[in-house]
Amino acid sequence: MTSLLNAILVIVLVMNLFALAASRIRALIRIVAVQGALLGAIPLLVPQHVALPAVLMVVAAVAIKGVVIPLIMMRALRDAQIKREVGPLIGRLPSVILGAAAILFAVLFADQLPLADQHEGVLLVPASIATVLVGFILLTTRVKAITQIVGYLVLENGIYIFGTLLIEALPLVVELGVLLDLFVGIFVICIIVNHINQAFSSLDTRQLVSLKE
Amino acid sequence: MALTLILIATLLAAGSGLPGVFLGRSSRWGQRVAVGLMASGALAGLAGACLGLTSAQDRIVVFPWPAMGDSLIGVDALSAFFLVPIFLMGGLGSLYSLGYWPQDQHPENGRKLQLFWGLMVAGMALLVLARQAMAFLLGWEVMALSAFFLVSTEDHREECRQVGWVYLVSTHLGTLTLFGLFSLWRWATGSYALLPLASEAVGLGVLNGLFFLALLGFGLKAGMMPLHFWLPGAHANAPSQVSAMLSGVVLKMGVYGLVRFLFLLPDPPGAWGGLILVLGAISGLLGVVFAIGQHDLKRLLAYHSVENIGIILMGLGLAMLGRSAHRPEWIVLGLAGCLLHVWNHSFFKSLLFLCAGSVVQATHTQEIDRLGGLAKRMPWTAGLFLVGAVAICGLPPLNGFVSELLVYLGLFRTITVPGAGGSAAVIGAPVLAMIGALAVACFVKVYGAVFLGTPRDHDPAQAHEAPLSMRAPMLVLAACCALIGLAPGLVAPVLDRAMAGLLPPGSAPFSVASLVPLDTVGAMSLALVAFAGVLALAFTARGRAARRVGTWDCGYALPTSRMQYTAASFAQIIVTMFAWVLRPRVHPPGIEGPFPRAAGMHSHVDDLVLDRVLAPVGRCVARWCDWIHQLQQGLTQHYVLYILIAVVLMLSTLLPIDGFLSRLFAR
Repeated sequence: MTSLLNAILVIVLVMNLFALAASRIRALIRIVAVQGALLGAIPLLVPQHVALPAVLMVVAAVAIKGVVIPLIMMRALRDAQIKREVGPLIGRLPSVILGAAAILFAVLFADQLPLADQHEGVLLVPASIATVLVGFILLTTRVKAITQIVGYLVLENGIYIFGTLLIEALPLVVELGVLLDLFVGIFVICIIVNHINQAFSSLDTRQLVSLKE
Repeated sequence: MALTLILIATLLAAGSGLPGVFLGRSSRWGQRVAVGLMASGALAGLAGACLGLTSAQDRIVVFPWPAMGDSLIGVDALSAFFLVPIFLMGGLGSLYSLGYWPQDQHPENGRKLQLFWGLMVAGMALLVLARQAMAFLLGWEVMALSAFFLVSTEDHREECRQVGWVYLVSTHLGTLTLFGLFSLWRWATGSYALLPLASEAVGLGVLNGLFFLALLGFGLKAGMMPLHFWLPGAHANAPSQVSAMLSGVVLKMGVYGLVRFLFLLPDPPGAWGGLILVLGAISGLLGVVFAIGQHDLKRLLAYHSVENIGIILMGLGLAMLGRSAHRPEWIVLGLAGCLLHVWNHSFFKSLLFLCAGSVVQATHTQEIDRLGGLAKRMPWTAGLFLVGAVAICGLPPLNGFVSELLVYLGLFRTITVPGAGGSAAVIGAPVLAMIGALAVACFVKVYGAVFLGTPRDHDPAQAHEAPLSMRAPMLVLAACCALIGLAPGLVAPVLDRAMAGLLPPGSAPFSVASLVPLDTVGAMSLALVAFAGVLALAFTARGRAARRVGTWDCGYALPTSRMQYTAASFAQIIVTMFAWVLRPRVHPPGIEGPFPRAAGMHSHVDDLVLDRVLAPVGRCVARWCDWIHQLQQGLTQHYVLYILIAVVLMLSTLLPIDGFLSRLFAR
């Protein structure tokens, strides 16, 4: 089981790098959708957890993160008719290098943490920290509103990975609540994207500075 | 019983403004309901306080508050003593607002005023009842924040907003200090309960820390001299009944905190009492000197609050000196003077502020040099202001004299002891005498300029007497002043009871009545009143009508009433005497050429701390910190980047960098 889990986590880490390297927003959304769907399936791999509520939870997570949210975002992208390039503040190669540095940092750091015995040898903690850091990098270096959402999604994925450490302790309701929050948040932002586009003729969030007093 | 009554009163006060919030903006019924609730609350509270002062047992009720350990609430004689002015002024001020701040004329802020007035009264009642630090802080914050909303009632005025901010900053500083104080208390004693410490329970360093934090936190609220900077502006710009409440009662909560807290600490070093005495003397002297330099009626009264807090602190300082020198008679006299002056100041200062409010309402100005001749137009206000002025100057036969007499007698007692105690009297007594003399000069200036002479402007000439709803509270306060002044023997047992819990055990033989011949004082005051009455009768009996003649005007053909002797010119001589601290700023008129144009001159006295220290320092700091604006561009990306940097830095501190390096470079 552990090796399968680790394999998935490595794929997730690689997808982080892909997300940093993506040049088209469509590709970026797809990558994050696949990442979210993969992560949503993790609870099935944790032993003693496979029960009906957990399965429902997995189905909900995969559906929302893998299908619904990407669809909403694609739709927002189409409605706003924006340019399809990501347009990062720093180039794609430096982003990837930064992402790799983040993974290195996360692995080094995770070694220092005192973990419960059953989590030894699992990549959950480093993958979580690395994904959070990559989310931050996406948030700070991608300026378009849609790419900001992607950054938040990656950030949330990182937190979700960390949450699987506590999977036995965390009540189902909390996880469902988090999912609902995420869904509603993204739904609202996608509507706002349209309005930003109409008001500023661009999705560049730097334009919002002009709202400052 | 007492506690139940007081808790009911607190609830009534807290909810008094609520019904009005749901009624119309300009409906007078909301205000009437608020006044009714507040008045019933005040009556219940006063009854409870009287019961608390007379009943012997000290009952403490435990309120469950799981997060903070259990909260203790109880009423003892000291709480009851401070509850009297809280509920008295709470009720009277609310009644006063019926005439002074009618809801239908102030639809934009009338409801706010009533709501926060009730909350402030309730907050103060809670803080006086609290026997546990968290409940105390809760009451303290409710009081302080409501006071902020009351001070900035007229928030459409720029100046009002500004003093509101100054007040908010200062009160938060004070609360921060109190957080420090109670955290240290918790650390030292292991609980938040405010119970007396056994001697030798904590070290001297911790005791000193507790003392200085208490002095700073409570001193800020009380308006002790270097920390008084928020006070004049806030008092001058709030509605008058709020100024009366702030000056008469809210400042006293600082004094209450000091009295309650300092007497929990065992074995005070002599320096504490000395420091409080010196600070009190400075506040008293500078307070009255700054008051003389003011041109604004309410600002002047506000500086007099600083002065009176100084007198109260001198009494407290003397009591603390008595504790360190083991002289119960100093404690009794000093503390009795301190506590009685708390009552007295809350009566006469509230009276003066309410009179000032009626002057402001009638004339639409609080500038002393624009008023004049109000005694004929507003005889009630003029007479009541005179009562307050005589009382605040500490003249017999009114109450200010009695409390100052107690402090004087206490200071004189210290002379007989050689050594450190003697110096207390050396500075104390003459400073107190000087404060009294300057206060008389100041109130001669105010009374002469505002009520005597002829009106200097159009508005004072049109002034009318205040309505009954405003006069009644002033009459009650004046009656309190006269009662304590003429029958001081009545308050002696009250003071004895209030101090009973604070005196060291074994000092029972000393009571106020045994140390001070209060009955003689009362008899002499009565004789004085009788003598004055006879004199007045004799003058009226002679029936000489006043003749109306023009004053000598140096031969000028067209004198106007603006040419009267002004308050500023009356105060000039004292202002020049104290120019080294007042630094009066005069902007002289520029008169040029053979046919000069109309010119004007004005002068003002800036505040010592706010205008001359804090404002320049604040501007300097703002200039140095300009570069920080670079960091705040309004870009979310930047802010997220800051978070990222902070997180990575904090995580990095957990990495064993040395271990990595040694592993990398080891063979």
